[in-house]
Amino acid sequence: MSVKPLAMRDVLLDRIWVAMADDPKIFFVSADFGSPVLDKIRADYPDRFANVGIAEQNLINITAGLALEGYTVFAYAIAPFITMRCYEQIRVSLALLSEVRPMNVNLIGVGAGYSYVVSGPTHQCYEDLTLMRALPNFRVLSPADHVSASALFDTCIGMNGPKYLRFDAQVLPVIYEDGAPDQSVGFHVHQSGGKVCLVATGYMLHTAFKVAERLKAIGHSVGVVDLFDIANFDAQKLQSTLSAYSGVVSMEEGFRGRGGVDAMLFEFIARRNLKLRMHNIGVEGGYRFELGSRVELHEQVGIGPAFVENSVSAFIESLSE
Amino acid sequence: MSVATIDLKAKAHWVWRETLGIHRRAPETRLASSLSSIEIFVALYYGEVLRQDPAYPLNEQRDRCVISKGHGSICMYPILADLGFFPMDELQKVCQTGGFLGGIPDPVIPGYETMNGSLGHGLGVATGMALGLKRKGNDRSVFVVCGDGELHEGANWEAIMFASQHKLDNLNLIVDDNHISMLGYTKDIVDHVDLGARLSAFGWDCSAVDGHDVIAVQAELMRMKSTHSGKPKALIARTLKGHGVPGLENAALCHILNPKPELIDSLLEQNP
Repeated sequence: MSVKPLAMRDVLLDRIWVAMADDPKIFFVSADFGSPVLDKIRADYPDRFANVGIAEQNLINITAGLALEGYTVFAYAIAPFITMRCYEQIRVSLALLSEVRPMNVNLIGVGAGYSYVVSGPTHQCYEDLTLMRALPNFRVLSPADHVSASALFDTCIGMNGPKYLRFDAQVLPVIYEDGAPDQSVGFHVHQSGGKVCLVATGYMLHTAFKVAERLKAIGHSVGVVDLFDIANFDAQKLQSTLSAYSGVVSMEEGFRGRGGVDAMLFEFIARRNLKLRMHNIGVEGGYRFELGSRVELHEQVGIGPAFVENSVSAFIESLSE
Repeated sequence: MSVATIDLKAKAHWVWRETLGIHRRAPETRLASSLSSIEIFVALYYGEVLRQDPAYPLNEQRDRCVISKGHGSICMYPILADLGFFPMDELQKVCQTGGFLGGIPDPVIPGYETMNGSLGHGLGVATGMALGLKRKGNDRSVFVVCGDGELHEGANWEAIMFASQHKLDNLNLIVDDNHISMLGYTKDIVDHVDLGARLSAFGWDCSAVDGHDVIAVQAELMRMKSTHSGKPKALIARTLKGHGVPGLENAALCHILNPKPELIDSLLEQNP
């Protein structure tokens, strides 16, 4: 049975809307950013909703104050704005303060990577994984479809502390037809085998599947892992998963070699002394202003399926040298 | 103890002496900006303005006091110790290994609500607390103490607009208007011109007071606390940075000046 693909934000907001009926502690704040489901929250729970306007610094400060008063707060805005416009507010009043106060804060950033395709680099987001994983007590959650995005609701409600949810702005094909992956593991193995494992997050999981299929056609089978909990995955399990390979390829819709998932995995491999070579797929060439489809933009910056296929293929060849 | 039995002026003088003593022992602390705010804090904490329980600093039924100008609140250390938030001997360990009273106060100190010192954060967080209190039906008040220099941070004005939009009349801002930030007089840096008029234009109920007249400050704070007219409230306390210390008081660079230990000793001797 196939599951109809939905927007990540709509499924999570729908779960929040349903839960607000029984949980008076849930408060929703938006920086003038909407969704059809948000209209239900605004209409049904005006006492636990606030639109701060186009003011992300205040969004975070209001969120912090509400969390100190015992609310479970969901704050909602476009991904680059809810992370970078207000980074010091996030650092001071969420990351630092939550070390000494119980605070349940969930930042929902919509617009991962290139998902605002034609809006250009102000609205695209290639730095947030780096910045948010730099805050040591933040959970960084990066789902690849709406099923796993929906499951994040349980993590948000069930766990104190600050979290960043990195959502795609587009409706992505469903990957988890049979239900969401185990949240406690933080990653999910989709296929195994071969010398190389592709470890992808968010939209790039879809690219990983395409690349895996193309590589299979030319005789290379590869593993595919969805890493959706970038800061708090089960390290022991990931180590044993990766130990079956000679090489690992990180795949992220963020800048290459600038402290994102690739840096995390390089460090993971080095610190654990794993006998693995690593290759990283990420956005190269800095900021660009070209227009095109998401796949075209991806090919220009080194993360499109054709580019990645060649790049990984060369990496696989190099392993046998 | 009631306000009738506490001599607020004598208390302010005691806090002034203690603050000088702390700075003499820990010259890393910011003295000048901690001297302009003494009467504000004495009025808040001894003047029956704030309802607080030192044994339960995060009691749900407390009035919240957010001290945004963290670095400029070293004078809070003797006040909190005196009220029983922590033992008096902590005052001997400011900025020392094993103590918790740092150069800039953190919320590990009983009585401090939020992260402070990185400026321009307190008012926004306090606004969120005020919204939260209103929405959950708790009638306690939120007070927040900012410096005038820190109002250069734009996030404050986002909160100022939000607070009036949401009619947060449980929110009380006190501006320690000492007119000086790190490199000089605020009027020469970015002039607030008429801060009261600006806040009023943003929908706040605004008044001003001589910030070193502790009796007048206490009276204003009590009036503010009991006023609920659908507007957030601001009190502009006109103060002198480095109050009472020759060479420091109202000097353009007093933020980063440390008076010599001998000067502090003679001041303490002359002002018992």
